[in-house]
Amino acid sequence: MDIIITGFLLGGTYALIAMGLNLQYGMARIMNLANGEMLVAGGFAAFWFWTAAQVSPLLTVFVVAPVAFAANWLLYIVFLRPLVKRARSRGQLEVDAILTTFGLSFVSVGLMLAVFGGDYFSYSYLSFPVHILGDSYGANRVAAFVSAVVICGALWLWLDRSRAGLTIRAIAVAPDSARLVGIDVGKMAALAFALGGAVTATGGALISTFLTLDASTGVMFTLKALIIVIMGGVGDVRGTIIAALALGLLETFVATVIDPGLTLAAAYLLFVIILLVRPQGLFGRRSA
Amino acid sequence: MRLTSNDWRNLTLAALGLAIAACLPWLLGNYALTIGVTIAMYTVLATSWALFSGPTHYISLATAAFFGVGTYVTGIGIQHLPYWTLLPLAGVIGAVLAALVGLATLRLSGVYFVIFTLGLAEFIRQVITWGQNVSGTKGIYVLTSITEAHIYWQLLGLAALVYLLGWAIGRSRLGFALRIIGDDEQVARHSGIHTARAKILLFLVPGSVAAITGAILAPRYVYIEPSLAFAPMLSFQVVIMALLGGTGRLWGPLVGVIPFTFLWEAISITVPNQTTLLLGVSFLIIVYLLPKGFVGLFGAIRRRMGSEGLV
Amino acid sequence: MSAVLSLRGVTKRFGGLVAVNAMDFDVAEHEVLGLIGPNGSGKSTTLNLISGALPVTTGAIALRGSPITQLPAQDIARRGIARTFQLVRLLPSMNVLENVMAGAVFGHRRRWGHEAEAVAQAMLEKVGMAGRGHMAVGQLTYIDTKRGELARVLAGEPRVVLLDEWLAGLNPTELEEGLALIRALRDEGRTIILVEHVMDAIRSLCDRCVVMASGSKIAEGTPAEVLADPEVIRAYLGDDDA
Repeated sequence: MDIIITGFLLGGTYALIAMGLNLQYGMARIMNLANGEMLVAGGFAAFWFWTAAQVSPLLTVFVVAPVAFAANWLLYIVFLRPLVKRARSRGQLEVDAILTTFGLSFVSVGLMLAVFGGDYFSYSYLSFPVHILGDSYGANRVAAFVSAVVICGALWLWLDRSRAGLTIRAIAVAPDSARLVGIDVGKMAALAFALGGAVTATGGALISTFLTLDASTGVMFTLKALIIVIMGGVGDVRGTIIAALALGLLETFVATVIDPGLTLAAAYLLFVIILLVRPQGLFGRRSA
Repeated sequence: MRLTSNDWRNLTLAALGLAIAACLPWLLGNYALTIGVTIAMYTVLATSWALFSGPTHYISLATAAFFGVGTYVTGIGIQHLPYWTLLPLAGVIGAVLAALVGLATLRLSGVYFVIFTLGLAEFIRQVITWGQNVSGTKGIYVLTSITEAHIYWQLLGLAALVYLLGWAIGRSRLGFALRIIGDDEQVARHSGIHTARAKILLFLVPGSVAAITGAILAPRYVYIEPSLAFAPMLSFQVVIMALLGGTGRLWGPLVGVIPFTFLWEAISITVPNQTTLLLGVSFLIIVYLLPKGFVGLFGAIRRRMGSEGLV
Repeated sequence: MSAVLSLRGVTKRFGGLVAVNAMDFDVAEHEVLGLIGPNGSGKSTTLNLISGALPVTTGAIALRGSPITQLPAQDIARRGIARTFQLVRLLPSMNVLENVMAGAVFGHRRRWGHEAEAVAQAMLEKVGMAGRGHMAVGQLTYIDTKRGELARVLAGEPRVVLLDEWLAGLNPTELEEGLALIRALRDEGRTIILVEHVMDAIRSLCDRCVVMASGSKIAEGTPAEVLADPEVIRAYLGDDDA
C-alpha cells in the first residue's frame, strides 16, 4: 500500500514536470530537450534560497516561476522563433528544434558546472514524517504533491475554461487555421513555451525538496518527461497527468521490489510497449 | 555495373588516401597514432551514421548503444572464441539490435526515433549494471596482444568497407528509395516504396558498423564496464561531427571529424570541464550557421565562384 | 462490363463526422469516370481511401476482383493504382527526370537503370516535357509541375490513374493543353478516375459520372444525364435554382 501512495506522490510531481514539456511540445510544437536543465535550474534556485536565506521552496516558487517564464520567453524569441520561421515542414522544425535544444541543454549543463561545480546538492526541508493511512511519508513529498496538484489543477482549468487557454489549445491542434481566425500564433506559441518553462522550473523547485540533483541529472528528467508526454498523448492534459501517475507508480514499484537502479529501464520499457501498441498515447490523436 | 571515368578517379584517389593513411604507424609517433585511431574511429562511426540519418533525416542517438554492445562482444567473446570471429559476430548482433529498434520506431515519426535512441544506451547500461550486481561480477578485462596499430589498421579497413558500402547504396535502388523518402514520405509510399522496410534495412548499417567498431576498440580500453562502454557522449559527438561535415556527400563526415577531434583534444587539455559546453555550442553553430555542414558551405562557395566566373 | 475497380459500402468516419457514406460504384476498364460534387462532398477523401492514403472505416474496395481495402498505400501503388495530389508534390531535391524515374522504379512495373530512364524519358515526352528532364523542380511553371507529376504517375504503367483536381488552377490556355493531355490518355485506353470541378472537362472527357454530396452518392450516369438531374443541381446551387 505504501508503494502505491509513494508512487502517487512521486507521480504527482512528475505530472507537473511533464506538464511543462506538454505545453512546450504539444502546444508550442518545440521538442525541448533542455527541459531537464530548466528543472535542475529551478531546483538550484530553491536550494540556494533555502540554504542562504531559509526561504521555503514553496515560497521560492513565486520567484522561480516568473523568472523562468521570462527566461523561456527570451529563449523562444531568440533561438526558436527563427527556426519556426525558416522550417519548410513540421518534420524539419522538429529536427532543428531537437538539435538546438540539445545544444542549449549542453550549454546549460556546461554553465551550471562552471558556476555551481559538479557536486550533488540536496537539502532537508520538511523532512519530518507525515502519517497517511497508517504509513509515514516525508512531509516534503506530500507538500510537493499537494502543490503539484494545485498547480496542475489550476493549469487544467485555465486551459479548459479561459479564453487564452482555448487559444493555446487551438494553436496546438491547427496552427494554420488558428491564424485564419485571427490568433497571433507566434505570440501564443511563445506564451505556451514560456509557461511550460515556468511550470517545469516550479516542478524542479518542488522536486528538489526530496530528491538529490546535480548539474548532469537534467537528461534523466527530460527523458522521463518525454516518456510521460508521449504516453499520455501529446498535447492532452489529462493524459499527461494519468501517465505521470502511472510512471510514478511503476518506478516506485520497481525501485522497491526489484532494484532502484532499474527505474529508467522500467520507464523505458513502458515507453517501448506504448510505442508498439498505441503510439499516439492514451488520449492522443492518431495522425493520418 | 558500369563505372564512369569520374568513378575511377574517385576510387583511385580513395585507394591512394587509404594507402597513405595506412603508413601512419610507421611514419609518425605514438601520440599521432592515438589521434589517428580516434579520427579513424569517429570517421567510421560518423560516416555510417550519415548513411542512414542523412537521407532519412532521422537523428539516431543509438551509436553509443551499438558501440557498447560491440565492446561487450569482444569482452565476453575473447575468452571463448577466436578473435577473427568476434567482429562479424558483433556486426550481426548490432544488426539484430538495429532491426529491433527499427521495427519499434521507424514506422513512426522521427521524434519517437530520436527519443528512443537517446534512452537506448542508458537502458542497456542499466540492465547490464543490474545483471552484474545480481551475478556478482564486475567489469571485464580484455587482455590481448592486439596493439594500437592493429586497431588502427582494422579501423581503416572498416572505413574502406563503409565507404564502399555507401557508394554502392548511393547507386542502388535502396539509396534512391531513401532519397525519395527523405524528400516526401507520402509520395514515396504512393510511388510504391515500402518506407518502413527501406528505413529499417538501411538502419542495419550504422547499427552493425558501430557494433563492429566497439568490438575493435575493446582491447584499447582493457577494462570494460557499463559506464565506460555506453558513454552517451559518444552518440552526441558522432552526430555533431557528421552534421558539421555535412551528410550530403560521402566524404562529408570525414571533413567534420578531423577539425572536431582536434578541437575536442584542445579543450580536453585546457579546460576539461567545458567539453559539455563545447558540445552545446557546436550544436547551435550547426543549426544556425552550418545547416548543411562544411559540404554545404563548400557547395555554396563553389556556386558563387562559378556564377561570378560566368559574369 | 468487367469492373477494374469496385467500391462496396465504403464509409469513412473521422470521429463523429461521416466524410464518405456507403459509396458504391464500379469503374470499368478503359473508362473515364468523373467523381464530382460540391466542395466538402467527400470526393478527395474517396480518392484517398482508394489510394490507401487513409484507412477505410467500413466497406470494401476491390481491384480486378481482389480486395485492396486493408492494404497500405505502397501495396496499392504496386498493384497498379497511381495518383496525383491536389497540391502538386514533386521531390524537391531531385531534377524532373529523377522525379519521373521514381514512378518507374517503384511503381506497378518495377524497372531499374537504363530501362527506367528510358521509360521516364518516354513519359516526359508524352506529357509534353521532352528534353526537360534535367531541369530543377523549382524552375518549372505551374502546369509543368503538374505535367511532371503526371509523368511520374504514368511511368509505373498503372492500371488505374487517379487525378485529384488535376485541372485546378490553370489559366485558359493551360486548361486547353491539360484537357488535350487527358484526352490523349483516354484515347490510349487508360482507366481514369477524375475528381474535378471544371465542368468542361467533365462534359468532354468523362464516359460516366458519380455525383457526391455530403459524403453520399446522389446520382450516377452519363455527364449529360447527371448534370441535368435536379438533385445534382440542388446540391451544387441550392434549392432556388432546381
